[in-house]
Amino acid sequence: MGFWALNLDTFIMSLLLGVIFMFVFRRVATTMVAGTPNSLQNFCEWAIEFVDSSVRGSFTSKNNMVAPLALTIFFWVFMMNLMDLIPIDWVPLLMSALGVPFFKVVPSTDPNATFGMAIGVFLLVLYYSVKMKGFGGFMGELTLQPFGKWGMPVNFLLEGVNLIAKPISLALRLFGNMYAGEMIFILIALMGGAWAGFSLGGVTLFGSQILLSLGWAIFHILIVTLQAFIFMTLTVVYLDMAHQEHH
Amino acid sequence: MNINATLLAQLIMFALFVWFCMKFVWTPIVAALDERKKQIADGLADAERAKQDLELASRRSAEILREAKEKAGEIIGNSEKRASEIVEESKTQAKVEGERIIAGAKAEIDQEVFRAKEQLRTQVSAIALAGAGKILGREIDAKAHNDLLDKLVAEI
Repeated sequence: MGFWALNLDTFIMSLLLGVIFMFVFRRVATTMVAGTPNSLQNFCEWAIEFVDSSVRGSFTSKNNMVAPLALTIFFWVFMMNLMDLIPIDWVPLLMSALGVPFFKVVPSTDPNATFGMAIGVFLLVLYYSVKMKGFGGFMGELTLQPFGKWGMPVNFLLEGVNLIAKPISLALRLFGNMYAGEMIFILIALMGGAWAGFSLGGVTLFGSQILLSLGWAIFHILIVTLQAFIFMTLTVVYLDMAHQEHH
Repeated sequence: MNINATLLAQLIMFALFVWFCMKFVWTPIVAALDERKKQIADGLADAERAKQDLELASRRSAEILREAKEKAGEIIGNSEKRASEIVEESKTQAKVEGERIIAGAKAEIDQEVFRAKEQLRTQVSAIALAGAGKILGREIDAKAHNDLLDKLVAEI
């Protein structure tokens, strides 16, 4: 398959999750009352205040787009990561029963999804860097430090790496964490897959699968949330850096 | 890892979601939150104002109460004074009346005494005349000796 292939599983799952997220929040937004909130509204308000306060904490300039961006990133990534907690073979089994031989449930284990978001963030960083500092200012930031104007090529190399590293690290961090987590789930699931009748080894493997997947799933709840939070926070920080003059 | 057109699709999807979130989710919810914040702040300010009003009102009522007490005390004092005045007045009146009555009675007594003396005198003179008549053995003509008798009466 060439470049123009489309990973339908990633596409459909992320679209579905994003739409669910948007649907829930949109419903709350339309039925929003300033008085006593119901529990769903309460949850959404909590989420928004959480994102808003962490954006306020790390974003010092004024930009109305950053907070909604952070909210979208946090919940979208969170929900994509959360798919990891669905028992590993349920959805693929269901899909293969429906005639689809391969289906990846967790969109964030597809680098296309993570790079898609990271590049989106990167484009915003470039846009706001140029908008806030002017093209010359941005270029100056890239070439005139840390060694002054006589070290221009070296500066450009260093700052360029610095700049490019942002989206790449953003995308690869999420992808790596989720991919590795998924891999470990698969390995754990294989233990029970080796079931071959009531033998000591078989029963031990089966029991260990239950215990290990429980433990790893509990631990993974933390990773799922943490990765979503890190993606959000780093996005906000990068955009903040794009808005600020460096000296 | 195979990068393909999914990346572009994800990028576009991401942009659309962010746009939607900014336009239709974030703005109304934050607006409602701000409105609630304002409502709460207003409520607190109102409560504060009501508290101040209450304090003011209670201070005013205490003052009014104090004034009323003062006035009542004044009224009571006045009336007591008036009462003692009346008592005093009636006392003096009674004294005057009593003295008048006493004087009247004294005058009456004097008159009575005078009348009794007069009567006594007349009777004594009559007795004396009768006595004298008996002694002389004949009747004294009262008419003839009237001036003598009168002189006698005056002497008694």
